[in-house]
Order: sequence, then structure tokens, then C-alpha cells
Amino acid sequence: MAATVPARAQVLSVYRQFIKNANQFTNYNFREYFLRRTRNTFKQNKTVEDPARLAALFGEARAELKVLKRQSVISQMYTFDKTVVEPLNKRSHG
Amino acid sequence: MLRNSFYRTFQRFSVVSPTRQPVLSNLKGGLPSFRTYASGGAAAAVKKVQPAAEPVKVPDDLALETHTDIQTAAKEQADQRQAATETTPLVSPTPSETTALNHAYQENTGFGTRPIYLDMQATTPTDPRVLDTMLKFFTGLYGNPHSNTHAYGWETNKSIEEARKYVADMINADPKEIIFTSGATESNNMVIKGVSRFYKKTKKHIITTRTEHKCVLEAARSMINEGFEVTFLGVDKHGLVDLKELEAAIRPDTCVVSIMSVNNEIGVVQPIKKIGQICKKHKVYFHTDAAQAYGKIKMDVNDMNIDLMSISSHKIYGPKGIGALYVRRRPRVRLEPLFSGGGQERGLRSGTLAPPMVAGFGEAARLMKKEFDNDQAHIKRLSNKLVKGLLAIDHTSLNGSPDHRYPGCINVSFAYVEGESLLMALRDIALSSGSACTSASLEPSYVLHALGKDDALAHSSIRFGIGRFSTEEEVDYVIKAISERVKFLRELSPLWEMVQEGIDLDSIEWSGH
Repeated sequence: MAATVPARAQVLSVYRQFIKNANQFTNYNFREYFLRRTRNTFKQNKTVEDPARLAALFGEARAELKVLKRQSVISQMYTFDKTVVEPLNKRSHG
Repeated sequence: MLRNSFYRTFQRFSVVSPTRQPVLSNLKGGLPSFRTYASGGAAAAVKKVQPAAEPVKVPDDLALETHTDIQTAAKEQADQRQAATETTPLVSPTPSETTALNHAYQENTGFGTRPIYLDMQATTPTDPRVLDTMLKFFTGLYGNPHSNTHAYGWETNKSIEEARKYVADMINADPKEIIFTSGATESNNMVIKGVSRFYKKTKKHIITTRTEHKCVLEAARSMINEGFEVTFLGVDKHGLVDLKELEAAIRPDTCVVSIMSVNNEIGVVQPIKKIGQICKKHKVYFHTDAAQAYGKIKMDVNDMNIDLMSISSHKIYGPKGIGALYVRRRPRVRLEPLFSGGGQERGLRSGTLAPPMVAGFGEAARLMKKEFDNDQAHIKRLSNKLVKGLLAIDHTSLNGSPDHRYPGCINVSFAYVEGESLLMALRDIALSSGSACTSASLEPSYVLHALGKDDALAHSSIRFGIGRFSTEEEVDYVIKAISERVKFLRELSPLWEMVQEGIDLDSIEWSGH
């Protein structure tokens, strides 16, 4: 799974899934962190050409995505009030 | 106040979410009527969808909502007061112009109520990735890692050894040199008591500093009762140890030197490498309390000649209740264990290890190493912004050395404002006036005292901790809130009035002293 070099479309798909799952965190700080980190990491590795390294990075990202999916669900299961910098939207506890 | 606390207790007991009720009524209904059957089926159907579909939306009846809203009572009270006095409204209710100080909370509705967390020196939020590692040990991998007769033991043992490696890697140590303990307090006690007890026949002297964490100071003090002599080194006005003074304090019977790497209150980084060289030259064991430093500044036990190092997990986004002690193997440092028992952890710390904690700690350490550059850049950027914003307020000063410091810990004194009252006025920001251990008592910080700050300035200091999960938005909010409220509190202060009139406060003779 991790040994093959990913195609551009595959990388983009993983990136989109990262962003989507990060957005689903109900905890403000975790959400912001994973959004920021996803953007940074993909930007940093944009210029990687070496196939072996690219495959390794892709495999790593896939594993991390699984963690993120599980944790964003857990974050939706245990929710807390929003922080003072977070605008309340319609789907708030109030 | 009374009403407020009553309200809080009331809230705490009434948080059971209303979504549980249908489940309960389902259980209570004795006979499986058609209705309960149908609703059970619906719930199962919802559940089935969950693992397969990608956009996981948790069904509402599975979620647990925990309200932490302690502000409503205070807001209500303030609203009532305002209605009673019928003053003109302070601000027009435009959403962008916020945070007028009627009370300690943000006025603006349309935003949440939970305070911003800026107390990363007390503890840090557990990283979701760490939690993910821990969960499997609570759900399936429950073997005792010391059982070597069956697979349950082997699998947890393997995870523990992996975690040990991650913890060791961060400080360039060998995994065998890591001893898991319950936290940095236990590690510090193990060192101060264990090392000196082991060598008590020939060595009778311990050196430490005045700015150490309470657990080191108290452990050292208890060794005085066992016949040891302890030298508490002073620090200069920046909080740094004088190396010449240290070298002069070392005696032939000195057993261990204990100096913390990063101070928990002022964030000052001691010259660990130079201290290590001095200790090596005089053949004295060097212990450093790196609870605040591990993973946050570059540490290398071999390069810095560190013989013993205390590490805490919950300062690096790991679980609470676990830490580690690095004990050098070559040349071997020997210590008497605090606990007697089954001889786990090289016989230094008996007791079954907690695999979930250890694995979480390991993952946290791995992440600290992996994210080191990103975290550093992020924290530094926010820290610079916060320091600049706070020091722009009149009569504020940064405590501790401006150069030798960890950027994630900022300690600022606001002159002519009482620190505790400022904290009370900042209920929407979780801050502390110093170490969490001493914030229960109202005495001023002993660390700031050691720096030579007077009582007034030590009283008015506040510590800001920035971490991996802090955001720029939060920092902006904090700067704005603090500037407004410091101004507000100073306007109430007679001292501030005198200062504005140009009266030198030191020239006043206060009566009744």
C-alpha cells in the first residue's frame, strides 16, 4: 500500500480528506491546529520529487488520516461549550 | 458570589444531557412494545451507517455534551445590576466592538463562553493523536506488560519498549536509560532522595537553586533532616544561575547538583551545557528538572553531560499521571529506589507500568520530535506578538531574562494592578499568576522574590503559556482584553492616581505598618 508512488490526484484526495476531517473537530483548538498543520505539511512537501520519499510520506499521511477520522468522530461525541473567540452558529448547544 | 457558586454546583449536577432520556425510558419500559422496538431499530440503523460512510456525522443521541458554562450567572447578575441603575449603554452592540468591562466576561453575545486556555505551564491539552494511541489499551490490549508467559503481556510489553524508545530519542539517550515514573515530581524526589541516600556514607552535600520547583526544594529540605547539607544558590535579576558561584559551592563531599532547565514560572533557560561541564569536571552528578524543557528546547544528555533528567508527560500534550527519569548508565549513576516491590524498571521503580499512559507518553514524545520545528516556529511567532502587545501597555515589564528564555512561557508584571484581581477580571482567559502549586495561596511567587522583585511587582505578575494548540485569534483577544481591563482596574486604583500625579510611591510612609 505504501510502496507505490502516489499519483497527483491521490495526494489531492488525501489532502481534501484531511481538511474535511479536521473541520469536523468540535474542539476549536484542535480544529484550528489540524487545519494549520495539514496546510503546512502539504505545502512543505510540495516540492518532494524523490519517489521513495514521496511513497513514504504518502503512506504516513494515510495512516495519520485514519487517526484523524477516528478522533474527529470522538471530538463530535464529547462536546464542550465553545470558546470566547468562537462564533456560535446555528447548531450550538444554546 | 454565593449565588454564583450555588449556581455552578447546580449546573454541575444538572448536566446530564437530555438526550439520554429516551434511552433510559427504553430500558425502563418493561415489555418490548412496538414503539421501543421501532426506535431501537432506528438507532441500530443509524449506527450501521457510521463506520462505512465517509462524512461521519455522529448521531445526536450518542454524543455527550458537557456544559462548562460558568458565565451565565455572572452575566445575569450584571444585567440585573445594569437594569437597576439604568445607565446609558457602554457600547453600541456592534459585534466587532466587544469586551467592555461591565464584568469579567466578554459582553458580546454570539460567541462562546468557554475561557481561552493560556496556562500551558500548568498542563497541556492531550493531543488527539495521543488519545488515539491510548484508546486501544483501554479497549483490547489490557495485558500486564510484565507478564512474560503469554501474548497479552508480550504485546503490551512491545508497545512499552517502543514508547521508551520514543521518549529516549528526544534527548538522544539510550532506551534502557529511561525509567517510567508517575511524573516529574516523583522523578525529582527519586533523584534528590535516592542518589543522596545511596552515597550517604561519603557524600553529605546537595546543591540546588532558589528558583526550583517546590518538589525539588521540599525534597532537598527533607534531606536536611537526614543529615545532609543543602546549598540553595541564588539567581541574578534575570533568573540565571551564576556559574562561578556554582563552581565555588561544589565541595569534595557534594553528591548531586540539581538545576532546572526551563523555569516553570518565568521560562528562563539555564546554561545547562556549561553547568554540565562544571559538574563533570568536579565529578558531581548533575540532575536537571526538564519538565518544562523536554521537547520544547533542544536537549541532549550526552552533549550537555546530564546524568539525571526528570520528564513529565502532561507538559508535552501527553496524558497526566506519567513521567520519566533519565538515569545515565555509563558512567553508571546509582540510586536507592523510593519504592520496594517487584523490581520493575531496573529495580528503580517497582510497580506495574500503565501501558495506556506509557504508550500515550511515547506518542506524545514522538510527536514533539516530529513537530519540533513547526511547533517552535508557531509558538515563537505568537509569543513575539503577545509580548509586543502586552509591553505596549504602560508600566509593564517582562520578568526573567529576555534572551535566555523559552518563548512559550511569558511572565509579565502589571504595576499598580493586583495580580489576583486582574485574574478575577479575566474570567474569559485561563491564566495563572505563577505556578499552579502555589496559586492556591495568596503569597507572592518565591521565584520572582529570588529575582529580587519587590512584593508589589511579584503580586501583579501573570504568566502566559502558549502551546501547540494556541491560535493567533486567541492571542489577539488576550491582548485586547488585558489592555482594556488593566486600564479599567488602574482607574479604580488610588496608587495609579498618585503615580499619574507624579507622587513617588516609595516616598510615602504608610501608617499602620
